[in-house]
Amino acid sequence: MSITVRYFASLRERVGRGEDRIEFAGITTVADVWAKVAPGADADARVLAALNQEYVASSHPVADGDEVAFFPPVTGG
Amino acid sequence: MSCVRLEKTGFDPWMSLAAYTAEHRLDDGRVGATSAFVGTMRDFNVGDNVCELFLEHYPGMTERELGVIVGEAEARWPLTDCLVIHRVGRLLPGEPIVLTAAWSAHRAAAFEACRHLMEALKHRAPFWKRETLDDGTQRWVEQNTPG
Repeated sequence: MSITVRYFASLRERVGRGEDRIEFAGITTVADVWAKVAPGADADARVLAALNQEYVASSHPVADGDEVAFFPPVTGG
Repeated sequence: MSCVRLEKTGFDPWMSLAAYTAEHRLDDGRVGATSAFVGTMRDFNVGDNVCELFLEHYPGMTERELGVIVGEAEARWPLTDCLVIHRVGRLLPGEPIVLTAAWSAHRAAAFEACRHLMEALKHRAPFWKRETLDDGTQRWVEQNTPG
């Protein structure tokens, strides 16, 4: 019963780790996941979220076994 | 139809275009327009000399998002085919970063689709650039240049 949380690029460096596995209990949305892994930090517009490798809003619901990723604005190309 | 590819080592965009054209028989008379964009690494950015670039991606999601972008182009323009190749990992100045190409019967669709592929990719595909400057300083690129 857990959610995998992944971080990329400058956000991974800010958080200090690439991945977390957190207990699903008490979590209903992507915003809840953020609050759990980065307590006190604002999920501002500079933090993007993906659920199972698809972009989602922070209000999107999560389920047991999901992979949630947080990362800064993209800069490819 | 259509192909999305990530390259961990250097690639030659022109050789890739030629190979793809031959493999997908895009020279058999169906196509009237080929539009291609190649992005290469600059040795400068916002006033500083840049000697190395590292491109990070999100394995799985990056390929998926590129596929979505290609699908959008195919739905919007009458394309015969399209190709997107993007580098990941360590790059040096002058090396190609990205190739987007679109084939169509007529030029408008090919031009517009190729531009869409490139602009959508820059804004949505999960890639992040980390620059190494001449003095060894490393910094993440915060935002894309406007055009």
